[in-house]
Amino acid sequence: MPTILLRHRDIPDLHKLDVYKQNGGLEAFKKAVTQMKPNEVTDLVKNSGLRGRGGAGFPTGMKWSFIDQKIWPHYVVANADESEPGTFKDREIMANNPFQFLEGVAIASYAVSAKAAYVYLRGEFWQIASFLDEKIAELEEAGYLGDRLFGTDTSLHIYTHLGAGAYICGEETAMLESIEGKRGQPRIRPPFPAVYGLYGKPTVVNNVETLTNLPMILAKGSDWYKTLGTPDSAGVKIFSLSGRVRKPDNYELPFGTTFRQLIYEHGGGVQEGRPVKAIMPAGASSSFIVVDDKVLDTPMDYASVRTLGADLGSASIIVIDDTVSIDWIINKTIHFFKHESCGKCTPCREGTYWMSNIVERLEHEHPGPASVELLLNVARQMQNKCLCPLGEFSTMAVVTGIERFPQDFKKAVEPGNEHVPDDFKKVEGLNL
Amino acid sequence: MSLAKKYHREVNRILAKYPPENKRSAVMPLLYLAQSEAGYITKDAMQDIANLLEISLTDVGALVGFYTLYHDKKEGKYRMQVCTDLPCALRGADQFMESLCANLGIQVGETTADGTITLEAVTCLAACDKAPMFQIQSRDGLEYHENMTVDKTMELVETLKKAGRKVG
Repeated sequence: MPTILLRHRDIPDLHKLDVYKQNGGLEAFKKAVTQMKPNEVTDLVKNSGLRGRGGAGFPTGMKWSFIDQKIWPHYVVANADESEPGTFKDREIMANNPFQFLEGVAIASYAVSAKAAYVYLRGEFWQIASFLDEKIAELEEAGYLGDRLFGTDTSLHIYTHLGAGAYICGEETAMLESIEGKRGQPRIRPPFPAVYGLYGKPTVVNNVETLTNLPMILAKGSDWYKTLGTPDSAGVKIFSLSGRVRKPDNYELPFGTTFRQLIYEHGGGVQEGRPVKAIMPAGASSSFIVVDDKVLDTPMDYASVRTLGADLGSASIIVIDDTVSIDWIINKTIHFFKHESCGKCTPCREGTYWMSNIVERLEHEHPGPASVELLLNVARQMQNKCLCPLGEFSTMAVVTGIERFPQDFKKAVEPGNEHVPDDFKKVEGLNL
Repeated sequence: MSLAKKYHREVNRILAKYPPENKRSAVMPLLYLAQSEAGYITKDAMQDIANLLEISLTDVGALVGFYTLYHDKKEGKYRMQVCTDLPCALRGADQFMESLCANLGIQVGETTADGTITLEAVTCLAACDKAPMFQIQSRDGLEYHENMTVDKTMELVETLKKAGRKVG
């Protein structure tokens, strides 16, 4: 099947403007600006069934339709902060198929009548940001960006903005704070960015992969897009496959492809031919899926993965084989979230700190079963209390790891080793 | 000389990206510019930026503390930032890091005696399929090194120690 997003794998030199144009590039944006009204673009995208690819899966056209029409100017922000452990798709798109992504930014901007768009890249994408700056300059030079485009009243400028190392900036309101020159800490919502976004103005924030779909949807139509994928999850998805597989890589496949097809047909199977023990389908923010044959034959779409007690999220599929212990994994994920917690809300700041303390002791001191209980307790206490999804995400692997793989926590609580650390006893209200 | 004077053109290019009434947005790119001077951000540079954007020194300093790619003290000329996060660790990143420590004769967080390399463990760099991997950060910028071995890394270290070069 020809690729839709990773087209550079089929078309050499697609990052060159003339090659991109020879392959139909920028026709969709030109058609939108010269022949369609902004709300017609929004309706088309609504009808396509496109859902946000950053993890939440919210319908893209609907997100655009929420933008406040009484407050101006409007902004578009492309979320290129890609920092979820296990996700590496946006980087490949921007580095190899930059014009399709930028055309997507332009189409989204037209749909919500924004005259300025910012691409927020994580600071580590330093080289990609310079590369995009060059591509933006080429588009300006060729008359696809700038003022009075194609002889109409439509104007659009796209700017890159580099982050500087903070996972939390992938959360859309933290990202807006960061562009405003502040620490990347999430805002209380509502108001949502569609009403109060960048500089307090209505703003749409869309993920890179989401935006990169738009030129093809406009060119080929929403009915064509819906022929791909499943009724619940239209289109194609880039599955970032990592962990203990033979061929980790990005795989662009229709929604509804099964885990087995991804891991065995595309990913070459598990290293050393070992069995798959667990899958984390949404990176470090995942719940663990306990793997058996039925699970492997489950289609990867938003609804089906939910039946397995997990979310597909950004489809960063981390494969774990039977040589790996789940307590080691949650040590890694807790360490990550503790490091990345922005410190603004107490449940996340304190919760990730305590989870980190306890899991370190589980690994090094074998402190007894009460500590596993305590870890589970802290994680559950955090749930539904955090300001943004980060805190919530930090508990997913902990709770489902302990619940679904209890045997992996046995060695941490060897019999006769029931010591409860003194400072745990001092915590008021704890009954150990 | 102040940042605004010394890098007049670059500062104006940065400011032009944002609405004039929201010039505070320029603080992050200006911090990168300041860092390109010495490899870390001096208090004088922070004050310069604060003056230029009409915000307080605290507003600027708070960002240097919050974002991990800004540094406020001198360390190695090159920061070797190895990803040891979950997906990389499933592909041997912890063992890779241990070997690097042994070969460089330093622990994570330390700098080689000649001041060339500071070794750091960092979280996910969006290169999970190409582990072990690290990025090199220097005053010039950042670059990725993927599918690395200890031997390949030590060759790179030797090159950086002997000749040094621009990064990014």
